[in-house]
Amino acid sequence: MRTALVGVPIDLAAIAAEVLTPAEGALSLFVGTVRNENGGRPVDGIEYNAYAPMAERELALLADEACAQFGTEHVVIEHRTGFLALGEASVAIAVAHAHRAPALNAARWIIEELKRRVPIWKLEHYTDGTREWVGQGRYSPVDGDAGAPDA
Amino acid sequence: MTVDVLLFASYADAAGAPQVRVTVATGACVGDVVAEVRAAAPALVLPARPLVAVNQRYAPPTQVVLASDEVALFPPVSGG
Repeated sequence: MRTALVGVPIDLAAIAAEVLTPAEGALSLFVGTVRNENGGRPVDGIEYNAYAPMAERELALLADEACAQFGTEHVVIEHRTGFLALGEASVAIAVAHAHRAPALNAARWIIEELKRRVPIWKLEHYTDGTREWVGQGRYSPVDGDAGAPDA
Repeated sequence: MTVDVLLFASYADAAGAPQVRVTVATGACVGDVVAEVRAAAPALVLPARPLVAVNQRYAPPTQVVLASDEVALFPPVSGG
């Protein structure tokens, strides 16, 4: 089991190889990537910002919980931080298990919990040069421009 | 006691700083700290019950804060 916040591209093949042993018959690999639009707005990249020590702690807890819940020791989670271009992997979750159902279910459970709990935020960069924090509602600054994400 | 509250993402932008220093009474809880942040950083518009972590663990409004604690206040997470 291993988890990490990383500042360099995620090596998907290395992560898959890391979890797989001859005792496993199934490997699931979930990869989240940077999409070229969100809600109809063209995106040209996403900046990932983390409360690093807590994010690392939550990732480790998630992996521990997944191992206990799904009956495996073979879980690796890596999450990128910093600016990512379109198509780059922002998160990768690899789970190996003797059987396919728990391997698939564990990866699904981890990504859903990660999106709910791990303190990481997306700052979307749009093709028109504007930026916006994702999922933080419509920000209503009291003085007009205090809420500009790139201020 | 003084508490330096760490801010992240849109909250840091709104406050114009990555942290805000507040003063609360000894024995104050998370809710008291949040109330002081509202007063100290009026440009930061917080929901009724914002996410708070104490020593890198999610903390309820009733949790008592110690001077040595690391307190963080942040918007809904959006990783993945």
